Amino acid sequence: MKAFQYVRSTTAKSAIEAVVKDPSAMFLAGGTNLVDLMKRGVTEPDKLIDISRLPYNKIEKEGSGVRIGAMALNSQVADDKLIQEKWPLLSLALNAGASAQLRNKATVGGNMLQRTRCGYFYDTAMDCNKREPGSGCGAKEGYNRMHAIFGTSEHCIAVHPSDMCIALVALDATVRVQGPKGERTIPFADFHRLPGDHPEKDNTLEKGELITAVTIPDSPYTKNVHYLKVRDRSSYAFALVSVAAALELDGKTIKSARLAMGGVAHKPWRLLEAEKSLVGQSVSEAAFQKAAEVAMTGAKGYEYNAFKLKLAPNSIVEALKIAAGLTA
Amino acid sequence: MKNKDEMIGGRMSRVDAVLKVTGGATYFAEYEVPNLVYGVLVPSTITKGRIKNIDTKKAENAPGVLAVLTHLNAPKVPAYEAKEASKTSSGRGPGLMAFHNADVHFNGQPIALVVADTFERATYAASLVKADYQEEKHQTELKANLAKGNVPSTNKSLQDYQRGEKDAYKTAPVNLEEEYVLPTEVHNPMELHGILAQWDGPDRITVYAKTQGVKMTQQVIADTFKLPKENVQVHSQFVGGAFGMSLRVWPHEIATILAAKKVNRPVKLVITRNEMFTIAGYRPHTHQKVGIGATKEGKILGISHWAHVQNSNYEEFTEATVAMTKFMYQIPNVNTTYRVVPLDICSPVPMRGPGEATGAFALESAIDELSYALNMDPIELRLLNYPEKDPERDLPWSSNYVRDAYQMGADKIGWSSRSNTPKSKMEDGMWVGYGMATGTFGAHRRPATARACMNGDGTLLVQSAASDIGPGTGTAIVQIAAEVMGIPAAKIRFDLGESNLPDAPIQGGSATVASVGSAVHDACLELRQKLVELSGNALKNAKVETLVYEDGKISSPKDRSASISYAEVLKRNNLPKLEVTKESKLEEEQQKKFAMYSFSVHFVKVHVHPATGVVKVKHAVALADAGTIVNRKTASSQMMGGAVGGIGMALTEEAIIDHRFGRYVNNNFADYHVPVNADVPDIDVLFVDKKDPYTNPMGSKGLGEIAIIGMAPAIANAVYNATGKRVRELPITPDKLI
Ligand SMILES: Cc1cc2nc3c(=O)[nH]c(=O)nc-3n(C[C@H](O)[C@H](O)[C@H](O)COP(=O)(O)OP(=O)(O)OC[C@H]3O[C@@H](n4cnc5c(N)ncnc54)[C@H](O)[C@@H]3O)c2cc1C
Ligand code: SF4
Repeated sequence: MKAFQYVRSTTAKSAIEAVVKDPSAMFLAGGTNLVDLMKRGVTEPDKLIDISRLPYNKIEKEGSGVRIGAMALNSQVADDKLIQEKWPLLSLALNAGASAQLRNKATVGGNMLQRTRCGYFYDTAMDCNKREPGSGCGAKEGYNRMHAIFGTSEHCIAVHPSDMCIALVALDATVRVQGPKGERTIPFADFHRLPGDHPEKDNTLEKGELITAVTIPDSPYTKNVHYLKVRDRSSYAFALVSVAAALELDGKTIKSARLAMGGVAHKPWRLLEAEKSLVGQSVSEAAFQKAAEVAMTGAKGYEYNAFKLKLAPNSIVEALKIAAGLTA
Repeated sequence: MKNKDEMIGGRMSRVDAVLKVTGGATYFAEYEVPNLVYGVLVPSTITKGRIKNIDTKKAENAPGVLAVLTHLNAPKVPAYEAKEASKTSSGRGPGLMAFHNADVHFNGQPIALVVADTFERATYAASLVKADYQEEKHQTELKANLAKGNVPSTNKSLQDYQRGEKDAYKTAPVNLEEEYVLPTEVHNPMELHGILAQWDGPDRITVYAKTQGVKMTQQVIADTFKLPKENVQVHSQFVGGAFGMSLRVWPHEIATILAAKKVNRPVKLVITRNEMFTIAGYRPHTHQKVGIGATKEGKILGISHWAHVQNSNYEEFTEATVAMTKFMYQIPNVNTTYRVVPLDICSPVPMRGPGEATGAFALESAIDELSYALNMDPIELRLLNYPEKDPERDLPWSSNYVRDAYQMGADKIGWSSRSNTPKSKMEDGMWVGYGMATGTFGAHRRPATARACMNGDGTLLVQSAASDIGPGTGTAIVQIAAEVMGIPAAKIRFDLGESNLPDAPIQGGSATVASVGSAVHDACLELRQKLVELSGNALKNAKVETLVYEDGKISSPKDRSASISYAEVLKRNNLPKLEVTKESKLEEEQQKKFAMYSFSVHFVKVHVHPATGVVKVKHAVALADAGTIVNRKTASSQMMGGAVGGIGMALTEEAIIDHRFGRYVNNNFADYHVPVNADVPDIDVLFVDKKDPYTNPMGSKGLGEIAIIGMAPAIANAVYNATGKRVRELPITPDKLI
């Protein structure tokens, strides 16, 4: 890999300044994604600003919600008592991701900003609009088994690979950011973007902006939740399709629902219409089938991923059944 | 007292276990050599054509770089100059000549080797080498090129075969014809491939290699550089897995030796995980068709088996894909066809269970399909067509206990709870299926030589240039020596992995214990004999046949006071040590008299998720009919490892090429899925454990290959039993079942 400078920053301010100043400087958190990309020559920063020791690794109550520091480790969040009690969906999603070793190193901020696993993106000898805007999309007519069925553009059909983010978008989280122009908050659903004409942009973060925390509001989804991840092997594999499902039940009646999917789009894919279709229904396979049908509106498959058009609705129904306690 | 675990049949722990778990075992890449520099390869980015121009300037000027080797400046290779490359050591030499000309034969082929003072600097400089190519149209897709298949010219046993009537299955009352596809699989041992090479003078080379045969590597390098064999030293004491990939010398090894010459310093090359897919072999993608027909009662009348096998365009690779079909069942009419399809990719190389593992997927799936067509239990069908003799060569089996294995496996897995109707059983919301399959591999034995040396202190040194890529060879050898000599294992040392030791064959084809073990057995026997002869009157003329060898002593069985220790024998004779070197091999006559094969049977129980198509192997039973089991512990591990490999073959592993570019798209460990712990169920390993009277003095038969052969079809068969879906193209990923 290309030689680079390594700087360990002690304050958010100095870290942000360092990145703003130097066009090819980047933040380094756990390094589990960035260093891989550097080894493959996909990303070639001249300078790494290590933010992993900044004091943003706490998980704390904030009102009736919770604030999770951006440098909190994936395993730390997954194992946190408060999270497990109040937002178990997040814990389930985190534990479905990567491997124990990676989760011990990966941070919340880094997880959100991990890049797609599209094989063409990773191979610098191939065309990829995300890596090199304008070069073409190798996957569209290539091997696209892992790729998106929602929200694609002619320029990119990649998926966002995170599991954690699927739970966070379902739970209406908010992202807290500090940047050269001060602080701002971004609703989680608006944090990642669709590829459109600019597949090189995964999200709405500006250069030099540092994620400091993610907050989740109070939630009634403490019991009837499930994160279903369908993958090619039992662990340490990215999702073919994943579903975060959460139900608020009043007896057999669904008071409210949260649904989001992973492995299907360039961003965590929230299923608002499907959620609506569930409200007021009583728990039943038929109601879940209906929701799955609604969820699939607008889906489009490619040569190798057309199976997701069936796997996705099946998985939605299955996740809801498990969340509702209809199946084990 | 003999410690039973240290004898043949015991459960002794690995002799190198402590070294391995404490980091004391030194692998090729870990050798500390003064002045060492590092090599990194530059891969081609086209699939076929010629290098028009290669710009190495930037790389040469990068910090720390000592040289950039290409076809333009590489030192000449004597064998290449003499156009003898293909002759180097019977096909185990690199078929592709490293940096010899501008031709590109496959995507990822090394076109340059950058040498720098650190690995990181070499890696960066390698990214600066840019080439212009004259590109030609390439072909990498097997399916589109089946018509180009050739009859192999290098392997007689793979010519078209016919016994009885051709395609007789077609006229049988019950018949079927199906296609079975195996994707490219990659060995992917944990240890990356590579070599550390150093010139000790203008005509002397030392290498630290990752090889399955130090003598093989020595011979290839000697042939390639036209040096006397003794001038090439190969060290390879520990190998971190290989599965067949190190059964030959690869072009990048020769390239590293050239680089060491160029910079006149030792050079180490460790290839990347990505390169493990592109330049170091694989199990070839194979299209097969099987036609099989039987009477309504289940007597198989005819079988036809066709195989088309992925190959490179610069040499021929063959493996025994259609072999098992000729003898596994008693079938009067058999024909097989094997074709190699040259494509613009790197050459394949044997991978665990070469040929048979691929062939067994087709054959054992077809047998299973036939059993459903007949509405018959698949074990019953196999028993009904069991061959009392080898039907291919009309020879008696040296031993064949496959029927015992069927019974043992059926009992263990709970075969009686299987339903013969597919998709008829559910458990915890999952479809439940049971499946089984048979595997076989030749019980080979090759000539080998061993030296056994009794030292003055009563310790025994055993030596042979064998490899131990992980199965526990060294441990089994120590047990064989312990058994013959009656010496505790702690007093025995076995040296291996050095080219200056007595001749041993490559570690391939499950033949090491049979070959090297026999040599050690015979050498020890002779050494023991000599010690008896030198024992003077200590044994009070006890009959030689009755003597007892225990605790480092020779004793008379009647009168235990009539005994003498080996050390004492040497002392009395004023000998510092006593040494025997002996070659051992199976007489050709014997080989012609018997059909010698190992057999395996795999049983599995699977769960299949009805909504997501996810398959979970819930329980597996792996059985081996492999003669005497020398070490039950390491043999169990072998069988388990093979079963895990079979899970990968059946459910997860597939190396994928984008044929538009001829490039792999998943050549890494995140996207090429080998099974993880969570994919592996309880695996029960059972041994028939009956001595084969003819194979070798221990009565053992090979185990490494059969451990995987048959596991994949057993799983595919179980998946059919669970779901009613017959997947004929591996791996069985969830998308194929929903
Ligand atoms: C083999 C493998 C399998 C995996 N499987 C899964 C899986 O199944 N599911 C899953 O969800 N993930 C998976 N992962 C991805 C893993 O979750 C991510 O690599 C990890 O979360 C990244 O976190 P990190 O802290 O290491 O980020 P880094 O690699 O340090 O950084 C990633 C990016 O985020 C930026 N960044 C980091 N923190 C901040 C911040 N606070 N503010 C602004 N920018 C920041 C960095 O500049 C960089 O661009 C897998 C990874 C590997 C290697
Ligand atoms: S899908 Fe996106 S990431 Fe993949 S090749 Fe196309 S542009 Fe690149």
